[in-house]
Amino acid sequence: METNNRKGWLYLLPAILFLGFFMVYPLIDVFIYSFEEGYNSASQTYFGVGTYNYSYVLHDPYFIQAVKNTFLLVIITVPVSTGLALLISVGLSSIRPLRNLFQTIYFLPYVTNTLAVGLVFMILFQKTPYTDGLVNLILHWFGAGPVDFIDGPYWAKMFVLCFYTIWVVMPFKVLILTSALASVNQNYYNAARVDGTSRLRIFLRITLPIISPTVFYLIITGFIGAFKAYSDAVALFGTNLNAAEMNTIVGYVYDMLYGDSGGYPSYASAAAILLFAIILTITSINLLISRKHVHYTN
Amino acid sequence: MEHQLDYQHVEQSARLHRKIADAITYVLLAVWALIVLFPFYWMVLTSVKSYGSYNAEYTPSFFTLTPTLENYRDAFTTVPLARYLANTVLFTAATTAIMLVVITLAAFAFARLQFRGKNLLFTFFLSLMMIPNELVVITNFVTITNLDLRNTFAGLILPSVTSIFYIYLLKENFEQVPDELYRAAKVDGTSDLKYLWKVMIPICRPTLVTIAILKVIECWNSYVWPRLITDDPNYYLVSNGIQEIRENGFGRENIPAMMAAVVVISVPLIILFLIFRKKIMAGVSRGGTKG
Repeated sequence: METNNRKGWLYLLPAILFLGFFMVYPLIDVFIYSFEEGYNSASQTYFGVGTYNYSYVLHDPYFIQAVKNTFLLVIITVPVSTGLALLISVGLSSIRPLRNLFQTIYFLPYVTNTLAVGLVFMILFQKTPYTDGLVNLILHWFGAGPVDFIDGPYWAKMFVLCFYTIWVVMPFKVLILTSALASVNQNYYNAARVDGTSRLRIFLRITLPIISPTVFYLIITGFIGAFKAYSDAVALFGTNLNAAEMNTIVGYVYDMLYGDSGGYPSYASAAAILLFAIILTITSINLLISRKHVHYTN
Repeated sequence: MEHQLDYQHVEQSARLHRKIADAITYVLLAVWALIVLFPFYWMVLTSVKSYGSYNAEYTPSFFTLTPTLENYRDAFTTVPLARYLANTVLFTAATTAIMLVVITLAAFAFARLQFRGKNLLFTFFLSLMMIPNELVVITNFVTITNLDLRNTFAGLILPSVTSIFYIYLLKENFEQVPDELYRAAKVDGTSDLKYLWKVMIPICRPTLVTIAILKVIECWNSYVWPRLITDDPNYYLVSNGIQEIRENGFGRENIPAMMAAVVVISVPLIILFLIFRKKIMAGVSRGGTKG
């Protein structure tokens, strides 16, 4: 093929312009912002350069709360959703009738608006003067007292947030795991069955090792996604997450940027970079662990 | 004779085990299906209960004998739901259309054209894929504010009209089109743009459709950027609209009307999903991210 320099770059021009303007430049700029002390967004001036923004953020009780919430959310939802997805996918691939129907149903949360359906969850869990709500009705059947999951104690709010997060992330995980399971060579199973291997043993010794790269991929994306949690919390507890004690790190970034507590892009930048550093560290640790436990030979 | 009986016995017990295992599997799957479907049932149910009857229920009831569509009328008249929907449709259509043009041109350049620096640039693009949106949103917010583009569609649309991942996906697909077609077109004196339009795009239409659908879903559900960039309800998208309705919408806790709005917002995507079920699921398993 002929080499035509100008034409190639011309076709790429729109993409390069948009990416440069909305991705490369901001990426450099966010680091600059994070080191500019006392930045004023109205006059676009700053006093000096240093690490004050980072130390401010790290000493901000709201940030500490956000970090605590985010870590709890990650530690609870990633293992639970991955395990549950594994269980469901294995069940799904062992049946034939109704399989398509189940798959379709399980995928529904993926195409729904997080904010809108979050409102339904809020109503299901909320306890108001007019009604205890549906979840409390079910709890009542089992003899447990009414709990306000939306404005009540911390553990209850955390429970709803985790529950909703798991509900939202399950479709993706189930879909990926089901297609991984479908691609496992049936000969392995037949061989194991001839030997009279039990179902559990087949799962642990054959299925799990073969799909371990997929499981691992889901764990990594799960960690990254959960660390960036935000709109689920807004959907349940409203935009004032600090008052609800349910803010996440990403929520903290946006609150610093905009809204009633906003106007501090420097603090927002420092917090965003801290979040990125956390995600990078955790992902690296994950990759190190995976070297030992994931089988990439097929 | 005894041996045969033995086999029969073994077979029977194996069949029984299998049946029990299947039953447990179905129960488990049904329970999860119920958990997934229940919120949808509840929102539809609540949306057809009248305001009075909903608030009279201290213990929520699982069905209603007197369904009403009044809440849907309220949802469209009391709050500007129609405007939110129109804004979202416009935003979604414009973003998706512009993005398709941008990524098609870029993918074509990477897949078919030869120019200096191509591989270097492509590697650079791929490395950008790792950048989380949260990191660049801060500066973009400041940029759009400084350009006076807050509360405009340009401000809403422009930052999200490129996707490196989709460029990558489309480039892979373009590369599967045999080179011979390109050479033949060149011999015939067809221009690159005409070749792209007449040959490449029709051949790769399935991929383009998948990308478009995934982008539509993403746009319809986007919340963070629209929230940052709009504070004038005239430019709210559905996500922000629903948040606005929740915080100061229908007056005193008119939950049935709120649920009617939620149904109206959710239905378009569910219909889209039911129509393009296979495409969407295949597309997401190739490159979706959410979770």
